[in-house]
Amino acid sequence: MTVVQEKIAVQHALPLTDEKPLLVIRPSGGWPSLNLRELWEYRDLFYFLVWRDIKVRYKQTALGAAWAIIQPFFTMVVFSLFFGRLGHIPSDGIPYPIFAYAALVPWSFFANGLTQSSSSMVGSARLITKIYFPRLVVPIAAVLSGVVDFILAFVVLLGMMLFYRIVPTINIVWLPLFLLLALVTSLGVGLWLSALNVQYRDVRYVVPFLTQFWLFATPIAYPSSMLSEPWRTVYGLNPMVGVVEGFRWALLGTHTAPGPVVMVSTFAALLLLFGGAFYFRRMEKTFADVV
Amino acid sequence: MGDIAIRIDDLGKRYRLGSGIQGAFRYKSLRDTLADAAAAPFRRARSLFGQDDGQSRRNGEYIWALKDVSLEVKKGEVIGVIGRNGAGKSTLLKILSRITEPTEGEVDLYGRVGSLLEVGTGFHPELTGRENVFLNGAILGMRKAEIERKFDEIVAFAEVERFIDTPVKRYSSGMYVRLAFAVAAHLEPEILLVDEVLSVGDLAFQKKCLGKMHDVAGEGRTVLFVSHNMQAVRNLCARSILLSHGQLIYDGATGETQQFYRDLLRQQEVDAETDIRNPLNRRGSGAARFTSIEVLAVSGERSHSFRMGDTIRFRLSYRLLADVPELQVSVALRSGLTSEIVTNARHQIYAEPMPAGTTGTVVVEFPDVYIRPGEYPLYFWLGNSAAQPFDVVDDLTAPLIIYPNPDMKTLDFHASNPMGYFSLPSVFERAITAKEDET
Repeated sequence: MTVVQEKIAVQHALPLTDEKPLLVIRPSGGWPSLNLRELWEYRDLFYFLVWRDIKVRYKQTALGAAWAIIQPFFTMVVFSLFFGRLGHIPSDGIPYPIFAYAALVPWSFFANGLTQSSSSMVGSARLITKIYFPRLVVPIAAVLSGVVDFILAFVVLLGMMLFYRIVPTINIVWLPLFLLLALVTSLGVGLWLSALNVQYRDVRYVVPFLTQFWLFATPIAYPSSMLSEPWRTVYGLNPMVGVVEGFRWALLGTHTAPGPVVMVSTFAALLLLFGGAFYFRRMEKTFADVV
Repeated sequence: MGDIAIRIDDLGKRYRLGSGIQGAFRYKSLRDTLADAAAAPFRRARSLFGQDDGQSRRNGEYIWALKDVSLEVKKGEVIGVIGRNGAGKSTLLKILSRITEPTEGEVDLYGRVGSLLEVGTGFHPELTGRENVFLNGAILGMRKAEIERKFDEIVAFAEVERFIDTPVKRYSSGMYVRLAFAVAAHLEPEILLVDEVLSVGDLAFQKKCLGKMHDVAGEGRTVLFVSHNMQAVRNLCARSILLSHGQLIYDGATGETQQFYRDLLRQQEVDAETDIRNPLNRRGSGAARFTSIEVLAVSGERSHSFRMGDTIRFRLSYRLLADVPELQVSVALRSGLTSEIVTNARHQIYAEPMPAGTTGTVVVEFPDVYIRPGEYPLYFWLGNSAAQPFDVVDDLTAPLIIYPNPDMKTLDFHASNPMGYFSLPSVFERAITAKEDET
């Protein structure tokens, strides 16, 4: 099988070279294409980079993969104590701990993906200056490798649902879409920041501040139903609003169906993603010279 | 037309000083940009989106790493690229391998390109050898199935079978380099770009790597080979180009190109001013600088070629640019094949503190150099006893060339099969000879 493939490759190469070059390198101008076809050709690289990140992430840590759970879980404990018990924040009729945790699971995925991808290009400086491959692979793989942590934290969420005797509604089928929305948002912001980070190391200081700020700008410790309707939909411009409310709706059956909010969030997330991807591609040619 | 592999037209690459070249201010802080933005909002906004073409800036802030380079390479040709550090060799390969974009000009590549600019990039120390083979292969552009197919061959080539499931952080540097080269060597591109990868690893493995590259060339693939290793270039490449200050100044048979290069180096006096502004050429703190370097024969004549067994003198002048507590000098011969130091002579010039402005001249002599015929790049060093370098002149002068000595009656050396670096004087005596039928 492999032999046949090789032969085809060789036959393929010959007529091509007679006609026109396989590749022309010249200074680029204007806005670039995303070149998704090339990205697809490097799909194995995604796999190996994600796999490397996962394998290496918890090497030489005492608690290992437990970190994926500790982070959201203890945030939930703190939130329950201060916002739930002391602050008496409403939680859409659901026990506060699980109300908060169901939001913290996708939030952690988003925030970690954002942090990882924003530093990914600078972290891969040696690769970038020595080998060519589609640069988009790096931040995308950084976000994707968070999926494993998400699954671990999600299993705990299922355990908590069992504990609180909450039966998921049929809406759980939409859950993967909300995860995808979180991924798109995380990547969208991550692309902007990783490209900016190559040129401006200020990004390193912006990211912790940004995620902290964003955490409170997202209805994690409180429900978005605290807002009255035209504003609640506008609130969806923060794509994580759609993600968090979507998770609660799909899993816990909060009665505030997030339809319009999710629409707005999806739109905002896609805008971030495409803007980020084009900006990234635009800046890409200077990465190796600057990083 | 169908036999062209690479066509380069008027290629140029301009770097902004302090960004692509080693410099003090590599990264802009956002504050600088914002401060600039206040002064020239539109220009800065363009820069944020990568549109700053630099036309509005003064020329002095830019350096052309490559300028007006044109070249045609035929399919199956193996071309050596030589020139000193900072001449633009690596920039050329970086453009051809699409790591960086040219500022002007065009390159047409007629075939899949694989590049080997550094061995082991992307290796992760925590992962095992096996895992790194797959990771590195994928980074180099191989598909998973392709790596699986070649896996055994790669491991065998690297000679690390026993350790393939050990994390590479436990590898010796030799094993690490062997595995890394093995992965890269099993890429099968039609055009292979190789930069200086042979300067690592032990001699035996380097021979193996050169052999592998020979095979690659023999298979009709096109190779561009950048190296300081003149012998390797001579062995591998029929044709070579010489780059100097970003321009292609010679293109011809490897022997001619190297001769041209040697002549160029010989004309070039090493003194305090020589390329001192290029940080790649002169290293060290700058507390002291060589002001001249001369290689002399016993007769007192300047020379770079000697016969085996000749005495070689180095006459070195220097100036102190700062107060130093002491001063040492060292003269080393590198191997032309592997670049490793073959021998090093180190001496104390001053054991006591000396003030800035002191100048002096010393002579370091190697009497009766029984060293294998070949080419020996030279390395000169000024520093202190803590091995902190003040000035390093590394491979900037013409290399020492040692010829066989016809007067020497020795069996130690065969030009065809040289062994070792030195011919230490050995004394021979036939102690006992016994034959069966004689008593």
